[in-house]
Amino acid sequence: MPADNDFTIRIANVNGTGSASANSLLMKTLFRMGIPVAGKNYFPSNIQGLPTWYEVRASHRGYLARSGSVDIAVAMNAETYQRDLRELTSGGYLLYDSTWPRREVLRREDVHILGVPLARMCNESFDNARARILMKNIAYVGVLAALLELDLDIIRELLRQTFARKKPLLEANQIAIGLGYDYAREHLHCPLPFVARSMEGPGSQIIIDGNTAAALGSVYAGATFGAWYPITPSTSLMDAFRSFCARFRTAEDGSRDYCVIQAEDELAAIGMVLGAGWNGARAFTPTSGPGISLMSEFLGYGYYAEIPAVLFDVQRVGPSTGMPTRTQQGDILSCAYASHGDTRHVLLFPSTPKECFEMAATAFDLAERLQTPVIVLSDLDLGMNDWMSEELTWDDEYRPDRGKVLRAEQLEEMEAFHRYLDVDGDGVPYRTLPGEHPRGAFFTRGSGHNMYGGYTENAGEYQEVLDRLRRKWDHAATIVPRAEIRTAPGAQAGMITLGTGHSACREALDILAGRGVALDYMKINAFPFGAEVETFLRDHKRIYVVEQNRDAQLRTLLINEAGGRAEQLVEVLHYNGMPIPATSIVSAVEADMLRDRAA
Amino acid sequence: MSYIARPKVSHPALARNELGLTMRDYEGGMSTLCAGCGHDSITGALIQAVFELSIPPHRMGKLSGIGCSSKTPAYFAASSHGFNSVHGRMPSVSTGAAAVNGRLQYIGISGDGDSLSIGIGQFVHAMRRNLNMLYLIEDNGVYGLTKGQFSASADTGSTAKRGEVNEQQAIDPCLLAIASGCGFVARGFSGDRAQLAPLLKAGLSHRGFAMIDVISPCVTFNDHEGSTKSYRFTRENAYPIGHTDFIPPEVEIKAELGVGEAQRVQLHGGGSILLRKLDHEYDASDRSAALAYLSRRQGNGEVATGLLFVEEGGADMHELARLGETPLADLPYDRLCPGSGALADLQDRLR
Repeated sequence: MPADNDFTIRIANVNGTGSASANSLLMKTLFRMGIPVAGKNYFPSNIQGLPTWYEVRASHRGYLARSGSVDIAVAMNAETYQRDLRELTSGGYLLYDSTWPRREVLRREDVHILGVPLARMCNESFDNARARILMKNIAYVGVLAALLELDLDIIRELLRQTFARKKPLLEANQIAIGLGYDYAREHLHCPLPFVARSMEGPGSQIIIDGNTAAALGSVYAGATFGAWYPITPSTSLMDAFRSFCARFRTAEDGSRDYCVIQAEDELAAIGMVLGAGWNGARAFTPTSGPGISLMSEFLGYGYYAEIPAVLFDVQRVGPSTGMPTRTQQGDILSCAYASHGDTRHVLLFPSTPKECFEMAATAFDLAERLQTPVIVLSDLDLGMNDWMSEELTWDDEYRPDRGKVLRAEQLEEMEAFHRYLDVDGDGVPYRTLPGEHPRGAFFTRGSGHNMYGGYTENAGEYQEVLDRLRRKWDHAATIVPRAEIRTAPGAQAGMITLGTGHSACREALDILAGRGVALDYMKINAFPFGAEVETFLRDHKRIYVVEQNRDAQLRTLLINEAGGRAEQLVEVLHYNGMPIPATSIVSAVEADMLRDRAA
Repeated sequence: MSYIARPKVSHPALARNELGLTMRDYEGGMSTLCAGCGHDSITGALIQAVFELSIPPHRMGKLSGIGCSSKTPAYFAASSHGFNSVHGRMPSVSTGAAAVNGRLQYIGISGDGDSLSIGIGQFVHAMRRNLNMLYLIEDNGVYGLTKGQFSASADTGSTAKRGEVNEQQAIDPCLLAIASGCGFVARGFSGDRAQLAPLLKAGLSHRGFAMIDVISPCVTFNDHEGSTKSYRFTRENAYPIGHTDFIPPEVEIKAELGVGEAQRVQLHGGGSILLRKLDHEYDASDRSAALAYLSRRQGNGEVATGLLFVEEGGADMHELARLGETPLADLPYDRLCPGSGALADLQDRLR
């Protein structure tokens, strides 16, 4: 049931009609009123003319997952009226453009239909054809302002900030807000039984998407080289990196302290990143599942030849091309073991934009310390949607951890350098950078090599290196970010998730606790799994593994790599492309507990 | 790949270059290629070229893909960094490496399978970006390591060792390079070091992408009657369009050379090329004329060799990317991090 500061608005529109600025205006208004808010964009793989939805959830408790219900539908696309009506919560409100009355179509007894002649009003107020289309969107924000008692001063201030340099647009927007607001006040029952009330919510929080945060983290970590092939939903990460670099890394004479190359494909993108990493730069590539598939051969190379690289896999729906503009966590296994032969890769799982920012920096440090590719697994929901996030902070004392790199002075002192010797017993050898010193030269190869870096087809020599790589992997498990564990008094079972499962799990745990079901909780932050993951698995008889794919990939990984037992790990899966809502977790847990009791 | 160390014996009378190094200092491991392989002659010419240019070995990056040709970086310049990458992907690795440190000399060694089949996309795009490197295709028309399948450079009508006739069109890397905007395109023959060594030196001194296709007969799988990449066929049908002399900068300054009929090209990296044309109708600085000329020779069954096209002064990848003097890999961190203050300012706009 919706309540004050606890409701979801879903706006249905046609893409390419400029609704994005209206939707962000709505979200920002709630945010500035101090109400925790989440915005989610469900858009088509298309530029113009197809249905698109934007969902804004206000939650005074601070829940940022998809609510899974719609209290107010703003139906701006006649093509989807039926669906928008169907998916509305009983007792909800559907707002539509009544310039063309559709009483025969919009029939549902248990909801309220609110008609506002948006097109007619805008046609009467604006001459320009484009403005007439755009301003309809702003006008519905005006209607919502009246219905929900949104703070008009905040709306007008936001418009002033957005259109500071575009006076005519500002004026039009202000008029459009007034059109919707006044019409609603005059013709509709305002306010609704639930409204938005200013509160002391988000404090110093910001609104940011994960891709922007990850790009910023890469800038702060000192990445100088990026190569990528454009792919939804990762493209905005490189766009953001370029724009931050244009701002922070460009000298007065126009010379750049960074290089971004748009590669001919993903195979080339990862090749470039490995070339740059081999040569001593912090290098990365943002991509998505199809890109990971293409990069697999080089990922195996990076693992075996031990070259640092950072990848951001902003996951989308597979298999194959799948649904490029929908979200999923379907690349966990393909990333963990990408490439032929015995390969395994360090993975990081951010669950918030703040973690995207911080884990980006961690990824560059780990890649250099471990001399191996590190993949940051984000997803479309986290990467492209607007999230309310804790403020990003940076420690100015931070210095990049370049790991075991021998500089000229050290090489000068040495008698000989051998690339793959395990000098320190942690499985991590020393490396040198090309051009540094004649003694540092070695031959990087993906073919069989011995601990001295020489080519080999000798069984023992080959295996020695492979076993040392395994020791390095075990060492990695001790230095990657640990899982976050939250115990609940009297917990009957456990719950595990990673990435964007976190916000839904948090909410689900509260709901379950409210119904007397206490669960311990673990959010996994990295692969390889640390000892704490094994302990958690050992300590719980029954654990719900919440993830957004069909095949329970995290669960498989827990069984494979952390001693998890199939009978203790209960799958809680969501994989239709929409972000997982808490309600689906709650029902899965309750159903399992009922079954368990019955058994 | 070689795992046999070459005995390092150095005669005191051996010539030394400007760095005081002898040719021995530019050698690598023992070759494991077949006896008489054209690739080994190319390696020899390359050793001569980098020795004569006095390039510090540790300031060179040797990169390759997969195949017989791609093994050769192990056979020269043992104290250079080598990168034997994956099949057809050496151009991308070189691109990343060059982007972050433009001060090293990059030498890419590829083959016709590596560059014209599996890696043709990367090959073309590296030229399009004009990264600063010498790129060799050791071209023998067959896949040697998998025992004799035709490659994409096999000529129509050429026969395989077992008699099969190639009916598909050949891809000529020189035509492809000229059409792709490459600023230095040459063809050599592994059996003609006198022609090849100056071409290599010129290619190394060219700023931007220098592509040299070297016909390099495969003695085991493609040196028979009916092959158009055999020693015999190449000797009989090679059509040198001229002699290329590389004039080092110090010689250049000393005296004005008697140029005569020769075309002189000043190289950005120092030194110049003197082209003594054998075929007077040929103009190596005219891209479209070069394409037409090469196609005509090809139509006659001839293999035009020499410096086929050269265009100095084009912006290389570094210039296009507006990179500064200091290599990206050497930039100090405090120049890269905007700091906590900037981060706070930035977030003011996110509320």
